[in-house]
Amino acid sequence: MTAVHPEDDNLLRGPPELLGEFGEFGGRYVAETLMPAVEELARAWPQAWTDPAFVDEYRAILRDYVGRPTPLTEARRLPAAVGGGRIFLKREDLNHTGAHKINNCIGQVLLARRLGKTRIIAETGAGQHGVATATACAYFGMPCTVYMGAEDVSRQALNVVRMRLLGAEVRPVTSGSATLKDAINAALRDWVASVADTHYVIGSVMGPDPYPLMVRELQRVIGDEARAQILDRIGRLPDAAVACVGGGSNAMGLFAAFVPDKAVQLFGVEATGEGLQGRHAATMAKGRIGVFHGMRSLVLQTDDGQLLEAHSISAGLDYPGIGPEHAHLHATGRARYLGISDREALAATELLARTEGIIPALETAHAIAALPAVIRELGPEAVVLVNVSGRGDKDMHTVMTHLDPATLSLIEEAEQGRKAARAAHQAAAASGERKEGT
Amino acid sequence: MSAGVDRVTAAFARARAEDRAALVGYLTGFDPDRAGSRERIFAACEAGLDVLELGVPFSDPAADGPTIQAAMTRALASGASMAGSLALAAEIRQRFELPIVLFSYANPLVSFGPERLARETAEAGVDALLVVDMPPEHAEVLRGPASARGLGWIGLVAPTTTPARRARVLAASSGFVYAVSLTGVTGAPLDASDAGLHAGLATLRGASSLPIVVGFGVRKAEDVRALARHADGVVVGSALVEAGQRGPAALGELVAALRGGTRRV
Repeated sequence: MTAVHPEDDNLLRGPPELLGEFGEFGGRYVAETLMPAVEELARAWPQAWTDPAFVDEYRAILRDYVGRPTPLTEARRLPAAVGGGRIFLKREDLNHTGAHKINNCIGQVLLARRLGKTRIIAETGAGQHGVATATACAYFGMPCTVYMGAEDVSRQALNVVRMRLLGAEVRPVTSGSATLKDAINAALRDWVASVADTHYVIGSVMGPDPYPLMVRELQRVIGDEARAQILDRIGRLPDAAVACVGGGSNAMGLFAAFVPDKAVQLFGVEATGEGLQGRHAATMAKGRIGVFHGMRSLVLQTDDGQLLEAHSISAGLDYPGIGPEHAHLHATGRARYLGISDREALAATELLARTEGIIPALETAHAIAALPAVIRELGPEAVVLVNVSGRGDKDMHTVMTHLDPATLSLIEEAEQGRKAARAAHQAAAASGERKEGT
Repeated sequence: MSAGVDRVTAAFARARAEDRAALVGYLTGFDPDRAGSRERIFAACEAGLDVLELGVPFSDPAADGPTIQAAMTRALASGASMAGSLALAAEIRQRFELPIVLFSYANPLVSFGPERLARETAEAGVDALLVVDMPPEHAEVLRGPASARGLGWIGLVAPTTTPARRARVLAASSGFVYAVSLTGVTGAPLDASDAGLHAGLATLRGASSLPIVVGFGVRKAEDVRALARHADGVVVGSALVEAGQRGPAALGELVAALRGGTRRV
């Protein structure tokens, strides 16, 4: 699909449908101070993306540093557990830093250098985008500041350590709900004051134009590779492509290659958290059109236009908005969006680990958990492509506290055994000392 | 008595006739609560505001600094709503003649419904809208219905604004144009004597016949005094919100002192 970029002057009095970049969604809803920077990006991005030197450098870094192309793995034992189908896993979990986020960060930091910017800022929720941005900045030698909600700083302490180790400054955000949306607000406030020399690396297909378009293009390597790989492997396109959506960048990267292939059904999977009656992040199911973080899109909000706090067990899906192109694909029916709860995602984490030897991120587990519904609809002969957007190492603490009483009791037993052994050891040592002393 | 954009225009004409800049004061409705904000706003109006900028709180005020963010958080916690803010505006209007500019972010206003917003704000006695995250490219959805009811639309020009953008902002503006004094959020430190800032205001003056009102970071009477010769009006926001936290009397004192700085000597 092509984004609409009308001439600026037409915008002032242009018809309402031109106000969005993707149908009625998108736009540039930012303070005037930022508008010139956003316009500069909107001019610079297509120039860079059509400049062979820029694209070659981006691709070379993805190949030699990130580890692309990532493999396409056909699931061996998973199909029997989800009702059949041939299931192909696009292995973004095998990227450097463990998720798809790095594809976007490398591209944006390259662009920032091209624009002469000397400082990078980013927001992060779970810390994955922060780690990927810090990594790209270490690679290019750029100073990096990452805004992270104070709640997330304590929940994702390990990623804070990773970012600091990579040389980034992590600034905890205590305003509002002290989570991802507030980290974005804080990054926007920084950018308003630092726009002359600073580039803001937004981590998803959201924010003001051109970010949704630019991040999609920087992530479409996922879909482009997967499409070529599956054609090469089985000589046909899949019947469906499935990916989880928070802001929606891994899904948009996968979908971008398949949107023109009308026979390929697209499924986005959002987090229903504790259920649609409770706390959730189901923007498609429960959102209403609004203006938030620079874009017009679907937003979880009160009747009075105040943002609601999202919830998902997976911090990467814990966002009350969604990228405008997803809202457009949803509105036009080109993509469909399913909901998966915290509990179902946890079960799917274990399922993929045990059937395929792949521990997915909790975000990714939402996509895995949707497979039975997709296969049920398309039939047991269906070929389904799933984006394994990230690996699960970062989530082990969450998994441990939620998942498996058996594992927990195993750990408990081992811990008690260790304590007992140490006590016995200390007792033995003490008695040895006493003997020596005598 | 005129209403809408005419009332705004008249207020600046009056200040000009008295050879002073208009004092524009920002306060968040429902901060700290409904009754408390009414008391504070009344005190500020009585102490000499020429124009009131009434903030309708938003959960995610990304263009505002910590002071106004916190004020909006307090206001929402004490039950602020769009309808409640309009009722508050109507109470202010019953008692005061000064122009009321409704300040907010796009989402609560769009969510309320553009037609309904224009109708009910006009009925409440509001005279203009200032929507900080709605650049002229997107403004028509709210500006159109508002203009049809005689309400002004306050566009913003920032230090980063290019000449082409400035023309677009000015084309969409009525009542006055808001010159953002610094590259940053509300309440950031400002050097009100900065020659570059004064030159920027002169450039803007040359580009528009609308009253030019400068704001962001203006805190003290001496800031107002330094800017009064360079603009038709000066906005004080975060400093008023802070004074309001010390009570209506402290807020009234600050407004009176700021008013003293508006005279062009």
